Amino acid sequence: MNDSLLMLTVVAAIGLGTPLIFATIGEIITERSGILNLGVQGMMLMGAVAGFWATFTTGSLLLGVLAAVVAGAALSSIHAFTSITLRANQIVSGLALAIFGAGLASFLGKIGNDPLVGNPSREVFEPLFTGWLVDLPLVGPLLFGHDLLVYVSWLVAGIASYYLFHTRMGLSLRAVGEDPASAEAAGVNVSKVRYVHVLTGGALAGLGGAYFSLALVPTWQDDPIGAAGWIAIALVILSSWRPWRAVFAAYLFGAASRVQFTLQTLGEPWSDIPSTLLSMLPFVLAIIAMIVLTSGKRARYLGAPAALAIPYFREER
Amino acid sequence: MTFKKFRLFAMLLVAFALVAAACGGDDSSTETTVASGGSDTTVVAPPAGEPLKVAFVHVGPVADKGWSWAHDQGAQFIKGSLGDAVEITTLENIAEGSDAQRIFEDLAAKGNTLIFGTSFGYMDPMLAAAENYPDTVFMHATGYKTSDNMGNYFGAAEEARYLSGMAAGAATETNLIGYVAAFPIAEVLRGINAFTLGAQEVNPDVEVQVVWTSTWFDPPIEGTAAQSLLDAGADVIAMHQDSAAPGQAAETEGAGWVGYNTDMTEFAPTAWLTAAIWDWGPFYLETANQVIDGTWKSEAVYGTMADGMVALAPFGESVDQATQDVILEREAEIKDGSFSVFPDPIVNQDGESQPLGDIQIMDYFVEGVIGSATG
Repeated sequence: MNDSLLMLTVVAAIGLGTPLIFATIGEIITERSGILNLGVQGMMLMGAVAGFWATFTTGSLLLGVLAAVVAGAALSSIHAFTSITLRANQIVSGLALAIFGAGLASFLGKIGNDPLVGNPSREVFEPLFTGWLVDLPLVGPLLFGHDLLVYVSWLVAGIASYYLFHTRMGLSLRAVGEDPASAEAAGVNVSKVRYVHVLTGGALAGLGGAYFSLALVPTWQDDPIGAAGWIAIALVILSSWRPWRAVFAAYLFGAASRVQFTLQTLGEPWSDIPSTLLSMLPFVLAIIAMIVLTSGKRARYLGAPAALAIPYFREER
Repeated sequence: MTFKKFRLFAMLLVAFALVAAACGGDDSSTETTVASGGSDTTVVAPPAGEPLKVAFVHVGPVADKGWSWAHDQGAQFIKGSLGDAVEITTLENIAEGSDAQRIFEDLAAKGNTLIFGTSFGYMDPMLAAAENYPDTVFMHATGYKTSDNMGNYFGAAEEARYLSGMAAGAATETNLIGYVAAFPIAEVLRGINAFTLGAQEVNPDVEVQVVWTSTWFDPPIEGTAAQSLLDAGADVIAMHQDSAAPGQAAETEGAGWVGYNTDMTEFAPTAWLTAAIWDWGPFYLETANQVIDGTWKSEAVYGTMADGMVALAPFGESVDQATQDVILEREAEIKDGSFSVFPDPIVNQDGESQPLGDIQIMDYFVEGVIGSATG
């Protein structure tokens, strides 16, 4: 049963979804504070290159992850400054960040006499468990067949969910995202809350990027993450700003990215479907899910923060 | 200024920038017509004493250690041989399609006398640019169109593909080889067919399962495609892709790997078997010298293993001596012309015998390939 194509596909979907979980939950946390950061692609690429660099230099995966988290947060601090302190247009600032981060990551990979680019990673995240645990039917591959960061992604989802909906700080965060003026009247420091959560979002995006360069495709290339950063932004809406739903949205997308190839190996009639149509599958699925979720009465329950992308001017109105 | 007005202002600003950019494009094309008016079609060598300006346009990053990297090695070979007599510009990650024409024309307008485009999808954009800049030499890799000032070049990768197929056929135990392929065009189909015939020579029971990725370079996609083939029972992965991601997937699963473009052993030292690889340097140098001498003529060049444009990469440690000997014997026969990779007539995917036809427009699979030849 563990070798069935269905099981192997599900396991592959979990791997492919993991970087999206980090980035999506990061963006959920950011957007819950009322700041829209479209620079996820740039932050992920910075995390990917920084993580690869640290592991390549030191041989330590832990330092790689730390560097990725710091790099993602550092890049997001630019967006935090322009959108919170300078109150600039968040869409423009976020898009600029995406382009800037991609260019900077590519540049950092090329400098020096012995550049990073084109090298395989020195260390790779391997499955954590071996032996009989993994051989257990069903639960073996599903629960025990993964590398450390997959378990970290579940932990992140659990913590984020608890933090958002069951703590006082989470309540303040949501208040700032819904109605910053009221939150401020209640004694919440709007700027501080927004800064903290934009940086947290950046850190998680950086971690998601490192999952590519240290686990999925352990190498540094100019563009090793596909369009993951943009997909994560769509998954935020798909998961209606809730961390656990982000996990399933990410796995759904991971499955769709994988199924396009599995269908090609199944023979007729599946292999008769043009592969170009199949390669659209993940994106078509995301669009359909978004239309279904955001249409009509359902939109009210979506949970988009009311103050999202609106700069906050203290004492105005 | 209220928020709404501010947002409106920002949007207008963006819209204005886009319009300005679009107009900029129009300007340059007008300039093109003016520049090309009244000039004859003979290609002019650069004035003596001035360096020859050469430009390379690649579809992926030159650091892919694959396709674009191999071409970049060729560019560096020119630089190493001619030194200050050449000035090389390299553009990476240039998308295929009509927008590429603007890139080619821009390079020509900036005084590049020799422009190489190293991807199939540049063919028509380059043809259009070549018409607008008749004094510039354009060289297109992998296509099939030429004009007065646009040459075409490629090599018989199928020769080395056949040999790499022999290594794969000897390595597989499940008799299923997975092949990660980019686009269903003649170049790729030729490679798959030659590879399959080579694998069948040493192992008649072997089958080759193809999956299409619709991309030349996208490491996560390529790796996922390879993983899906491994999960379907393949124990050797071959590829017509530009990154090493399929090999890394094979390495993780303990499978074998036939790469492409360059020696990629370092990415998957255990999985590595061999690969069809490119050596563009001598051809690029010859072309540059012809442009400098004013002897360049438009033609379609098809390099071979015999002239060294195509080669077989070093064998991996898992390829035993007996297999290596058989492969090297075949290589010698291919080089001296006594062995031809494709038989004529050839047996197609449906088991029917058919004429080989022009392999430059090959559009079918041979017997033993699983998958759709139309993508």
